[in-house]
Amino acid sequence: MYAQMVKSESTDESAEAIAFQARIDAGEKIEPKDWMPAGYRKTLIRQMGQHAHSEIVGQLPEGNWITRAPTLERKAILLAKVQDEAGHGLYLYCGAETLGVTRDELTEMLLDGRMKYSSIFNYPTLTWADMGAVGWLVDGAAIMNQVPLQRTSYGPYARAMVRICKEESFHQRQGYDIMMKMANGTPAQKKMAQDALNRLWFPSLMMFGPSDAESTHSEQSMKWKIKMNTNDELRQKFVDQTVPQAEYLGLTVPDKTLKWNDEKGGYDFAEPNWDEFFEVLKGNGPCNTERLAARNKAWDDGKWVRDGMMAHAEKRKIRKVAAE
Amino acid sequence: MTDTTAYFEFLCRMGDNTLVLGHRVSEWCGHAPILEEDIALANTALDMIGQTQMWLGLAGEVEGEGRSADDIAMLRDAWDFRNCLLCEQPNGDFGQTMMRQFLFDAWHLAMLTELQNSSEQRVAEIAAKAIKEVQYHVERSGDTVIALGDGTAQSHERMQKALNLLWPYVGELFTPDAVDTAMAEAGIAPDLTKLRVGFDTHIGQVLSEATLAIPDSNFAHQGGKSGFQHSEHLGHILTQMQWLQRAYPGASW
Repeated sequence: MYAQMVKSESTDESAEAIAFQARIDAGEKIEPKDWMPAGYRKTLIRQMGQHAHSEIVGQLPEGNWITRAPTLERKAILLAKVQDEAGHGLYLYCGAETLGVTRDELTEMLLDGRMKYSSIFNYPTLTWADMGAVGWLVDGAAIMNQVPLQRTSYGPYARAMVRICKEESFHQRQGYDIMMKMANGTPAQKKMAQDALNRLWFPSLMMFGPSDAESTHSEQSMKWKIKMNTNDELRQKFVDQTVPQAEYLGLTVPDKTLKWNDEKGGYDFAEPNWDEFFEVLKGNGPCNTERLAARNKAWDDGKWVRDGMMAHAEKRKIRKVAAE
Repeated sequence: MTDTTAYFEFLCRMGDNTLVLGHRVSEWCGHAPILEEDIALANTALDMIGQTQMWLGLAGEVEGEGRSADDIAMLRDAWDFRNCLLCEQPNGDFGQTMMRQFLFDAWHLAMLTELQNSSEQRVAEIAAKAIKEVQYHVERSGDTVIALGDGTAQSHERMQKALNLLWPYVGELFTPDAVDTAMAEAGIAPDLTKLRVGFDTHIGQVLSEATLAIPDSNFAHQGGKSGFQHSEHLGHILTQMQWLQRAYPGASW
C-alpha cells in the first residue's frame, strides 16, 4: 500500500452531501467537474499525492542497483521497471491535478516534509536479492491494495489504477523471477535471498498501515470508497498469498509464530514492530534522510533546467506571435 | 589484421558505445530535474542497453569462442573496451549530460543511416532496428540543447561550457584507423570521414538555433575506440557494472 495513515476529513449533512453519498453507494464514478464534499476532495488529494510521491521516491532504492545489475537483461528489466514507476507517479500527479492542486505544489509538500510517502522506501537495498524481494514483496503488497482501487469512486484515480495494476503485476513477476534464480543459485546467492526476506518481511507488512482497531481514518474513507478494504484484511491476504511462495523458494519467513489456522482459513502471524513504523513515519527510518535529501537535491539542481526550458518556451511564443 | 578480428573490433565499438553511455545515462535514475526527464533518461538508457545486447551478441558470434553479450560486457577489463572517449565522460550537470547525448546521437544517427546498407546483413538489420530509437533520441537531445542554449542567461552559459568541455571528444568519432578502413573496404561500415559533412551540417543547425558557438579548434582526444588509452573514468564505471559478476564468478542471475 503506497498510501498509509491518510487522514480522512469528515463529511457534512447537507442535501448535496447526502446526494453525493447516494451516488457512491449506487456505484457511480465521481468525475472532476462533479460536486464533491470538500473533505472528499482533501482526503483524495492527500491519498493520491502520497501514492504519487511513493512512486517517485520508490525510484531511489531500485535505482541504487541499476548500475550494478548483473546482466544486460536484468539491467534492461530494472530500467523498464523504474521507468514505469516514474510513469505511475506522472499519472497519479495528473489525477491529483484534476482535484485542483498542481504537481509543483504537491512536490513542494513532499520536499519540505508536509506530505509523506510509503514507509517501505526508507529501508535500504543492500544486495541484488533486494531487487527480487522489492518486486516480490513490496510490489506484491502494493498490488493487494491497488487491485481493489480500480473500483474506487473517483474516476481518474480508478482509471489510473487500471493501467498501473497491469504494470505492477509484471513488476511482481520479475521480482519473483529474480528470487527464484537466487534461491536456486549458489550458496552465496541463496544467503542473499534469505537475508533480503529477513530484512524486508516486516517492513512489507507495515505497508498496509496499523491495525484497523487503531486506524482512525478508515471509516469515512471506506464510506466514500476511496479505501476499499481494511488494513488487516489486506495484510492477511498478503501473508496468505506470500507464505506458500516463500516455501516454494525454500526460504524461511522470519516469523517463528507463523502458523496455518484452519479455523480462519489463513495464517496466524506476528505483528510488525509498530513503534519502528511510527519512528519511520517521523523521519527516523534507516534511509529517510538520504531519500529526502536526494529528492531535494534533484529538485534544487534542476531549477536552472526548468527555468531555462520555461524561458525558451516563452521566447518561442513571443516569436510566433511576432511572426503572425 | 584478419577480417574477423577487424569485424569483431568494429562490433565491440558499436556495442561498447551504447553500453558505456547507457550506463552513464542510467546513473540519473531518480535524480533528474523533472519527472518527464526521469522517464526520458531511463527510456534512452534502456534503448541503448537493448542495442548493446544486439551488437555484443553478434560480436560474440563473430568471435566464435562461445562468449555471450554478457560475458563480453561484464568480464573484460578496461583495455579491451572499445567505446569512444565521449561515452565515458562523466554526467556533470543535466546540460552536460544532454550535450554529450546530442553529440553522440548526431554521430550515431549518421552512422546507423549508412549501416543500414552494410554488406553484412546482420549489421544492416541491427542498424535498421536501432535507428528508429536513435531518431527519437537525437530529436529529444537536440530539442533540449536548443531549449537550454536559448533559455536563460544561466542555462546558456552552462550549455556553452558543456559544449566547450566535450568538443575535443567529437573528433575521435570521425578519425578512421586500421579497423575503420578495413570495415569501409569490406563494405561493412561507411568511410567515417564522409559522415563528418552531414554531421557538421546537422549539429551546426541545432547549435546555431541554441545560440551556442562551436569552439574554434579541431583538437581531438584519441584512444577510446582503439582501447589504447581510455580516461580514468572507465575503470570506475566497470567497478560498478561488473562487480557482481566478478565477486560471484559462475553464478547465474
